[in-house]
Amino acid sequence: MRVKKGRDEVVFLALSYVLVTLFAFFCLLPFYLIVVGSFTRESVILTQGYSFFLTAKNFSAEAYRMAFKSPDTIVKAYGITLFVTVVGTLTAVFLSAMTGYVLARPDFPWRNKVSFFFFFTTLFSGGLVPWYLMCSKFFKFNNHIYSLILPCLFSVWNMIIAKSFMKGIPFEMTEAAKVDGAGDFYTFRKIILPTAKPLVATLGLFTALTYWNDWYNCMLFMSTGGTWNLQYTLQNILNSSEALKRIASMTGMQVGQVPTEGLKLSMTVIATGPIILLYPFLQKYFVKGMTIGAVKG
Amino acid sequence: MKTNGSGKGKKGKYGFGRQIRKNRTLIAMLLPALLYVVVFSYIPMFGVTIAFKDYNYNDGVLRSPWCGLQNFEYLKISGKLLDLTKNTLLYNLAFIVFGILFEVGFALMLSEITGRVFKKVSQAFLFLPYFISWVVVSTVMLNIFGQNGVLSNILSHFGIEDFSIYHQVRQWPLVMVAVRLWKQTGYGTVVYLAAIAGLSQEMFEAAAIDGANIWQKIRFVTIPSLKPTIFIMFLLSVGNIFRGDFGMFYQIVGNNQLLLETSDVIDTFVYRSLITSPNIGMSAAAGFYQSVLCFVTIVSVNWIVKKIDPEYTLF
Repeated sequence: MRVKKGRDEVVFLALSYVLVTLFAFFCLLPFYLIVVGSFTRESVILTQGYSFFLTAKNFSAEAYRMAFKSPDTIVKAYGITLFVTVVGTLTAVFLSAMTGYVLARPDFPWRNKVSFFFFFTTLFSGGLVPWYLMCSKFFKFNNHIYSLILPCLFSVWNMIIAKSFMKGIPFEMTEAAKVDGAGDFYTFRKIILPTAKPLVATLGLFTALTYWNDWYNCMLFMSTGGTWNLQYTLQNILNSSEALKRIASMTGMQVGQVPTEGLKLSMTVIATGPIILLYPFLQKYFVKGMTIGAVKG
Repeated sequence: MKTNGSGKGKKGKYGFGRQIRKNRTLIAMLLPALLYVVVFSYIPMFGVTIAFKDYNYNDGVLRSPWCGLQNFEYLKISGKLLDLTKNTLLYNLAFIVFGILFEVGFALMLSEITGRVFKKVSQAFLFLPYFISWVVVSTVMLNIFGQNGVLSNILSHFGIEDFSIYHQVRQWPLVMVAVRLWKQTGYGTVVYLAAIAGLSQEMFEAAAIDGANIWQKIRFVTIPSLKPTIFIMFLLSVGNIFRGDFGMFYQIVGNNQLLLETSDVIDTFVYRSLITSPNIGMSAAAGFYQSVLCFVTIVSVNWIVKKIDPEYTLF
């Protein structure tokens, strides 16, 4: 059924296109400027400031060469972030999906009580200090890689998303599997999880983002430099001339010769790049996977 | 959505022990997550007692001596408590209100737009800022809005020298709200788009047959159907209204004394006081204060919502 567009609709659509384009432009612009800046020759940045366009005259990949010349700092941080992201995301998504599935089963008698038990942790919390003391004193988190994985392993928010999605899967599927003699866990793994692809994709991306972008836990628990993740390393390079000096000495340059501004920008690109590449593969699942439903019921 | 009936009926028939036996696999599937929240959320809740103790590292949480409300006195004496609370509350209110307006607004617009490629590409761009850490946001901001940044470069052509957004103390809250909207709108939009996608097409067709124009459709069909999602998102953020976004404030404002006056939130203050003078008791007192305020707020807001329409409550 195709109705001719009325005047009101044309006005609304025109407005929508303009506003969305404008907002999208402002969302993209900073990324563009940073990438351009990271490829701009240091002397140009220092004398003329940041430029809007790359030309043959101001182009230089020196900053990237520098960044990868100091393997100790960046490659190691990359390794840590990658490991934490992969292990953390796989575990966290499985955990949220499994919990969400059980709580969405209409035949599970305690689903409301347990849901509230989870949800209550978002209503009241002990605060940072008790949590930190327990993690560092009792679990000896300090300078262990699991201090970067455990704090983000389970989130009630993700569980709510999982539960809402699982509710949309017909219960008949579970019942049919039961009739065929499948156990609950088997049903979840072999029948529900493959059906829940949009959920897995959505939660997977958001959890991966959490791990990839984490610097907070690293700041809290990692006192020694050798075990820093990517974002925290970046923060240190950005904020301290010490870190830059270290890179300079490692690459055998004078501190004055180091393309400081360019290096900061190229590091920013390096620290962000890979995770953005995930998006196009997962985009088609988003709108299906992001249903927020009630906590109760 | 209430399917309570069947569960309760069975409970009566079989009794508790059999219920457990019957659901043992499902219970086992819940255990890892249950264990997680017990360890990382429930046990630290008892740590709020630190707020009433003269904590020292050797005696630990359990054996440190009690000291009454002394920690809260310290908190009050530092003279900042009221300002900090006000900052945290006002920032969060602005984030919530403008956040919902932007997210619902863009979701409505995107859902009406028919160009598939445009929709896909613009949605991807809106999402971009959500992908970067606050560390990166702060670099990007420095490079664009800082003293030698892109903006200052452009403005110098117009005769405005040495412009830096970080000197605009009075307008700074606007900057924070803008950054927040820039970073979060894409994510929130997807939540509402998902909700719109789940609406039945029949309602819109019926409205079209009745001759509703697009504004009427949005006002009388789409927005009312989005209400449950809007309420959930609203209530979930209200539950944290006295907790500042540490990552955002810490990375963007940092130790900028000029800006701290208008943008120090409870969380950044607690962190700084922990770093400079490790007064564990006072920091715990601040955390306890936040938790109590948040709890009281969410319980009362939820109660008010219940009076308006019980369908929309969180619990």
